[in-house]
Amino acid sequence: MAVIRDVMPAFDLLQPESAGDAQKLLQQHGSDAWVMAGGMDSLDWLKDRIKKPGVLVDLSGVEELKGVRATGDGVEIGAMTTLTEIANHPGIRKNYGLLAQAVELVASPQIRNQATLGGNVSQDVRCWYYRGGWPCYRAGGNICFADTPVGRNREHAIFGANRCVAVHPSDSVPALIALDAKFVVQTSGGERVVDAEDYFVGPEDDITRINMLRPGDLLTAIRIPAAWAGARFYFEKVRDRNVWDFPLMNVASAARLNGGTIAEIRIAVNAVSPRPMRLQAVEAAVRGRAADADTGEMAGKLAVEGAVPLQYNAYKIPLMRNLVKRAVAGAGQPQGSSTLASNALAQEATCRS
Amino acid sequence: MADTPQESAMKAEQEKPRPYGTGYRLIGHDYKTPDLIAKVTGRSKYAEDFRAEGMLFCRLVLSQMPHGRIRRIDASRALAMPGVKAVLTADDIPAQADFLNDNGQTIKANQWGERALTNEPMFFGAPILAVAAVDELTCAEAIEKIDIEMEPLPFVIDPLESLRPGGKNPHADGNVWTRGKSGEELTELKWTDADFAEYEQGRLPMGKPMGEWSYGDVEGGFRDAALVLDESFVTPDVSHQCLEPRTAMAYWQNGKLYLHTGTQSTYQTVPAIARWLNLRTDQVVLISEYTGGGFGSKVTGTVIMIIPAILSRKLNAPVMMRISREEEHYIGRARPSVLGRAKIGFAKDGRITAIDYYTVTNSGGYENNDNGASSAGIVSLLYQPPAMRWRGVSVMTNTPTRSAQSAPGGLQGITIIEPILAQAARKLGVDQVALRRVNSPEGKAEYGPPSHGQRTHVTSCFLKQALDLGAEQFQWKERLARPRRVGSKARGVGVALSCYVGGTIGFDGLIVITPEGRVRFHSGIGNLGTESVIDVHRAGAEVLGVPWEICDVVWGDTSKGMPYTCASGGSQTTHAMTRAAYAVATECKQKLKEVAAKSLGGSPEDYEVGNARVYRKGGGAGLSFAQAGQKAIALGGIYDGHEAPDDVHKATRAAVAAVAGQGLVVAARDKAPRDGNTFSYVASFAEVEVDLDTGKYYITDFLAYGDVGTVLHPHSLGGQMLGRSTLGIAHAIGQKWVYDPEYGAPVARRFYQNKPPTILDVPVNMQWAALNIPDPETPVGARGVGEPPVGGGCASILNALSDALGDDNFERAPVYADTILASYEAGRPLQHPLMASI
Repeated sequence: MAVIRDVMPAFDLLQPESAGDAQKLLQQHGSDAWVMAGGMDSLDWLKDRIKKPGVLVDLSGVEELKGVRATGDGVEIGAMTTLTEIANHPGIRKNYGLLAQAVELVASPQIRNQATLGGNVSQDVRCWYYRGGWPCYRAGGNICFADTPVGRNREHAIFGANRCVAVHPSDSVPALIALDAKFVVQTSGGERVVDAEDYFVGPEDDITRINMLRPGDLLTAIRIPAAWAGARFYFEKVRDRNVWDFPLMNVASAARLNGGTIAEIRIAVNAVSPRPMRLQAVEAAVRGRAADADTGEMAGKLAVEGAVPLQYNAYKIPLMRNLVKRAVAGAGQPQGSSTLASNALAQEATCRS
Repeated sequence: MADTPQESAMKAEQEKPRPYGTGYRLIGHDYKTPDLIAKVTGRSKYAEDFRAEGMLFCRLVLSQMPHGRIRRIDASRALAMPGVKAVLTADDIPAQADFLNDNGQTIKANQWGERALTNEPMFFGAPILAVAAVDELTCAEAIEKIDIEMEPLPFVIDPLESLRPGGKNPHADGNVWTRGKSGEELTELKWTDADFAEYEQGRLPMGKPMGEWSYGDVEGGFRDAALVLDESFVTPDVSHQCLEPRTAMAYWQNGKLYLHTGTQSTYQTVPAIARWLNLRTDQVVLISEYTGGGFGSKVTGTVIMIIPAILSRKLNAPVMMRISREEEHYIGRARPSVLGRAKIGFAKDGRITAIDYYTVTNSGGYENNDNGASSAGIVSLLYQPPAMRWRGVSVMTNTPTRSAQSAPGGLQGITIIEPILAQAARKLGVDQVALRRVNSPEGKAEYGPPSHGQRTHVTSCFLKQALDLGAEQFQWKERLARPRRVGSKARGVGVALSCYVGGTIGFDGLIVITPEGRVRFHSGIGNLGTESVIDVHRAGAEVLGVPWEICDVVWGDTSKGMPYTCASGGSQTTHAMTRAAYAVATECKQKLKEVAAKSLGGSPEDYEVGNARVYRKGGGAGLSFAQAGQKAIALGGIYDGHEAPDDVHKATRAAVAAVAGQGLVVAARDKAPRDGNTFSYVASFAEVEVDLDTGKYYITDFLAYGDVGTVLHPHSLGGQMLGRSTLGIAHAIGQKWVYDPEYGAPVARRFYQNKPPTILDVPVNMQWAALNIPDPETPVGARGVGEPPVGGGCASILNALSDALGDDNFERAPVYADTILASYEAGRPLQHPLMASI
């Protein structure tokens, strides 16, 4: 069969107006249905003609899945809320600035206007072999093209490799893990609420899935408890370009300090493993210690223990070490404390306006 | 040459910069170009925006092998589908034919050259067939019903691997290009194991070259040097990534092909289309009013644009061929990677004593594109070594077709040499600007190897002044005095010299003064974003002394009469076509006087032209331009285009005939003398801040200071200076190919994977300036500017990085965060030293 990587295949477009209807449609069509939020991930798959669903369930008309709502214990963000809305939301900025910082660094303004939080956390990996339609393990084949002696794997995993060495690409997820967010999933068996880090599935459990969603399931909301509101946050994303780029790596931390001592802390790192990583060993090790450079050094070294580099990504080990160091020692600094990163953001704001 | 090099250098130093527009009404002043509103409001129509009644669509099938031979194509299931109209294969494409160039020389068809479709694809992504149908969805579904049986053939994507003993050839005929009796020929070349002895140490092997030249006493230069450095450096393969892919729409009417597409050169594309389709040029009408970028990849279009033309003729219906971003990645052309090694001797003051330079160019799958060879000429001009040797080899690989990309060879040569200069300045304790100044060309500088015992020279060069004024504006000395290291942040500043060719001569202009009194310039230049399509005619309006408001420019449709025009490549247009505009406007004044004399009596010398009138000197009777246009029609013959001058190109004569009877029709050829070859020059300055914890760096400041002759249009010049600097910067900071060598296939095929720079990757206050010293060898003094800033954009960033980090962090571009972090951690370069496309 000759190949063409353009022109969306024909499918039935279903546009429900309620979450209930959406879920019914998804359950009705099962694995033949593709659920689309903002479309930023879906449209690539479709236009490349690699995914050919019979039915596309477009959630853009489901108003109840949009918006940020205060709850008795924090906030609930509808899965269809755009990243731009989250970044600009006064309540999020005030209490959960970590998330605002993270989503503001996603992709580009145009993409953030369209992309949703539900889509950002549920997006597929960006391994260029897999996305290019190569028949790898994750695509149902029996080889990993990135993990060969000459495979091009600069952007791939240093942890958690299990046949697949792709990394999870989301910027919002580490912030949500650090904020102890809960994901609300509607399944055929009813509603399930899971911890952020438990939403994701590693290749060791199921190499063809990246999260817990099964055909018919629907992520409807993400809840952030008040426990970490107003905590001291640190987020940093390292990327090749200053806009429109996935992370080479990102780190997020939320900390409660008692004087200069770390009383409580949650730290997560992404783009290092097929699953977003929460660094619980590091959290435990730094708890009760001073939030200073020495603790940061120790934390960074601990974080990279067990890392296994591929041919072209050994740099990720010092990068993770240093990012975790900063997230611990520098917890409380605004993202991109560098004036230059701030300038880039200011420039982006200017371009936007 | 009237002056010795020393005399011309002294004269050059005496020339002073002047404010833009000095002495002119129009030249050097900003204005609103007639295409501006359409461009900024989205009303401009590009090829993809056109529709014609009954239009069909076609889509391509690209090779999924880096090298193979088609055994069998079974399209029966596709052709049986409703709505599918035709399948086109390589067998339907006209054979390559010899052709006559502008000078009447026969250019032999290249048997290894690229065709629109092929049965032996030479790279992953080469087009092998096309399907036409009623819409694109039907095309796509039909394509997936076609069975193609291909025989895999040996492939190689790394030029050095091909040169190894026993290395694979990309083609049965060989792996390297040589100059044969009938032009470029492919032959086999393998080096020895001994040649590769230092490969693992990152030193470029230098086996038997296929080309070489030298001048001066190279060994003597090294003997006399206070410092000799020998370094290897690899430049990246970089796709052009034009925002408008090479989409084309075609239909036929009355035996003529009408083709809508984007091209850099409106007039010059017609002969190319005619040649590819075996048509006469008068059988081709090209419509290309707007072009979304070219950068050398669309100088005369691309051969694949004949596919919709052939399908249209076959199906007797208009056919649109849209090209996707991924397809553009394969067929959109790319700059060849050059692997370079240079041994350079320096005197104590930083003056270069000799250069020994070797290049290996990855020329891609079809035609030769030896950017290494062209880089050597630029190196010899820009750094003025008293002795130099170049050797090199151009290697065919199974990777996409290369073509010129802004400053082809120039970028690579500058990028290979400049880091060595930066290192030398540090080792010698010489200021970076001072080292460049002592080596930079000046006046009628000589360059390249001798030909018949004589080296050629440039028309003029004032680069030392640009360097001095640039250093002042950039506050070079003040920046040097600032702290280099604050916490985990390291700061560095860099300077680089840059230049590229800047003009040709001998083209034609065409003006019509209409019976309504409008002055109409016919422009065969492409509207590729530089605005030269309009700008150059301001020189004509300046000569005629008319207000710009009564001038019109006709462009973008060859049925409207296009004079013989240069190709918009090699930064030649501004220079070449201001000369043509100057020539035709001068001739137009003469013709106006003749018309006045014939109408009002007296001789032409009794009249002068001004205020859109031709009138008797000292007052008295005269004609408005409207009246002159009417009188010209009445006079006929040479005045209204029913006759054309003998000395213009045949294409211009055809254009004159096309507009005959529309007013006073004037055509003329640029015959102004020129001593030397025209180049433009830039001094580039950059500052970076590197985060040593992450390797991430930001460009905090940038300045490009140009020696580009007379400034024609400041806004468009600024766009070129900064835009092309950014193109160069892209090579330093991130844009590249990534290939899997096991499968010979690219893995980075989209913008987010190839990473062309964004507006946020360059400084907020990126600056440019120009000397505005006219080139003495051309009437208006304007030189081209498109390509000269590119090399400096790249090299100034690399030099700023090595200023911040030291010399041992990177040996190829682009330099990513991972390069810096890994090397900084290890204390030595950790890249694969001699391979691009990782």
